[in-house]
Amino acid sequence: MEETMTQPPVTPVAPQATPQGPATVAGFARALKTEEMVISMGPQHPSTHGVLRLELVVDGEVVVDVIPHIGYLHRCFEKHCEHMTNYQQVIPYADRMDYVAAMSNELGYVVAAERLLKITVPERVEYIRVIMAEFSRIVSHLIAIGTYGMDIGAFTPFLYCMRDRERVLDIFEQTCGARLLYNYMWIGGLSHDVPANFAEKVNDFCRYFRPKIRELNDLLSYNKIFIKRTANVGVLPAAVALNYGVSGPVLRGSGVAWDLRKNDPYSVYGKLDFEIPVGKGLKGTVGDCWDRYMVRVHEMEQSVNIIEQAVAKLPPGDIAAAIPKRIRPEAGDIYARTETPKGELGYYIVADGTASPFRVKVKSPCFVNLSALPAMSRGAMIADIVAILGSIDIVLGEVDR
Amino acid sequence: MKELLLDALHNEALVYTLMAFVPLAWVVPFALFAVWWERKISAHMQDRLGPMRTGGWHGWAQTIADILKLIQKEDIIPAAADRKLYILAPYLVFAGSYAAYAAIPFSAAYVGAGINIGLFYVISISSLVVVGLLMAGWASNNKWSLFGAMRSAAQIVSYEVPVALAILAVVMVSGSFDLQEINRQQAGWFWHWFVFQKFPFLFGALLIYFVASLAEVNRTPFDIPEAESELVAGYHTEYGGMRFALLFLSEYANMFAVSAIASTLFFGGWNSPFGEALAGPVWGLFWFLTKGMAFIFVQMWLRWTLPRLRVDQLMYVGWKVLIPFSFVIVLGVGFWVMALR
Repeated sequence: MEETMTQPPVTPVAPQATPQGPATVAGFARALKTEEMVISMGPQHPSTHGVLRLELVVDGEVVVDVIPHIGYLHRCFEKHCEHMTNYQQVIPYADRMDYVAAMSNELGYVVAAERLLKITVPERVEYIRVIMAEFSRIVSHLIAIGTYGMDIGAFTPFLYCMRDRERVLDIFEQTCGARLLYNYMWIGGLSHDVPANFAEKVNDFCRYFRPKIRELNDLLSYNKIFIKRTANVGVLPAAVALNYGVSGPVLRGSGVAWDLRKNDPYSVYGKLDFEIPVGKGLKGTVGDCWDRYMVRVHEMEQSVNIIEQAVAKLPPGDIAAAIPKRIRPEAGDIYARTETPKGELGYYIVADGTASPFRVKVKSPCFVNLSALPAMSRGAMIADIVAILGSIDIVLGEVDR
Repeated sequence: MKELLLDALHNEALVYTLMAFVPLAWVVPFALFAVWWERKISAHMQDRLGPMRTGGWHGWAQTIADILKLIQKEDIIPAAADRKLYILAPYLVFAGSYAAYAAIPFSAAYVGAGINIGLFYVISISSLVVVGLLMAGWASNNKWSLFGAMRSAAQIVSYEVPVALAILAVVMVSGSFDLQEINRQQAGWFWHWFVFQKFPFLFGALLIYFVASLAEVNRTPFDIPEAESELVAGYHTEYGGMRFALLFLSEYANMFAVSAIASTLFFGGWNSPFGEALAGPVWGLFWFLTKGMAFIFVQMWLRWTLPRLRVDQLMYVGWKVLIPFSFVIVLGVGFWVMALR
């Protein structure tokens, strides 16, 4: 310390500009006055995945800083919940948060409400819920993968993903009549039992879907250009990921095997056999965009496994047996978290003894994951911002609520 | 054809004006068809049907309807745009791509201008497009447009080098810049085509020319200047209505121009693949257009299959992959021509 203090101050070597002006390339670059440009990406932009606005500070094509601006899709979800006449009425609003995986949102809410009410639901209901939640994961990941391909410039995989998604939506439609926003999982039960040929339909889909994942891998995942664009881009080391509190495929892409279905099982996930895919840095660094993308592909395979097991185990029973006639929980609070396709979705419900919740607070995975965007993006290029944002897979309906 | 018209009209100025409009009679219907064709190809690749209703049979009139819509649109010039440059840019872009058609030999009987440096002229006149694109991006006064314009300028200028070198290989074999002369040298059965000569050098030259020409006409995987997911629409973000249609038309005109050059240089242009069978001026036109459309199909096929490179990776491919390989080809062909003839 003393030594460094006594050293003469180091002055930066000043460039010697010749009287005629800069003669070298470096001197010419110094003589040019350059400054950073602020450019607004969104809220109307093809690949901000909704109404997200990114304020990019760019130096040519290189991004110096990213400042996300959110709130364009704020719909006062939490305030709405306080003004419902009963707890069931929150469910259609929960659908509208992560609208590409509405079943998963419902599951999170009903798990929280059932824990608050201390009711147990029939096994059949739990199994059907797991099947639906995993279908919902497949749907959500198909959209994430398809739009990610589009962000990178490949249009065709998107339509292949949409084609496969249609099949899942058909199953949803046959079950509850709705294709996007279901209001299917009720507190204590379900709105409808599954149709008669359900097991057959589901197994048909599983048989159909596995080769389609291989096709997707051939077309996109292992495409040389795709790997060039995503490997070593937007690296999020595990320690940074944990500090930001990210969850879901973004966390697992960084190599952290954390999945609430395994680590804090809810519903009947404890009785089912599946693996947690994590990023291994096969094509670049652990935690790059390709890893996050690949985690989603592998999760779809695992979801198919879960669905097949759950359908095989589906017990008989009455799906409406445990639906309470009157929902009036005692004063108290509950926090329940579930693993949605995007990550850890938490509901904190405060009950005051009346028929409507006193407070519903949602911990949104997309919001938290989005907060890690600036850390991943500094020093990347504009095209990389699109790749990184796509690999986080946000849904603005859930970020803003 | 020129002689025929001169005999009939006895007015040189009128004849040249008429001759100048002949390629337009191909370019516009071609663009209308190619847009529809591209939509159909992409649709069938993606498990869709594409346009099916307009006009009846498989939506054949869809692009005509689209063009009519574009013509009727209000002509909007952004308030902050540089009006003169904004208006001028689409015409300049189209002029650049259309002027190339003057030297393209459609048939043994028709070439707009049978000049002995036709190939040289095509390379240089198509560079004019860059000026128009830069102008469009700058005049729009939009940062996304500017990014698109800068990218396209850098891209087109870089990829002109491998294009020129690949063409040079052909020129060394043929000994001529005259496109008609190059065509005549490839007469006979299809193994006389340059792509099969001096194997594998000219085949390599074809690959380099084709890849680089994809970059020159902004097609996937090099569609970086108008990368939809990044730059909204690149240099034509602020263009609408007829001006947009003109930029779009010039894009398709460019696509056919590079395909036509490729088929002329490497696939015998208007020569029949079967020697004297099915040859002649009219059959020549047929073969030429067929070969050109085959290249267009490959361009579309690639577009709907591949993702897009990043701008620095694009430069890498251009300067560090294509250019060294094209030097090797130029050297190889040069050695072959000089030492082994």
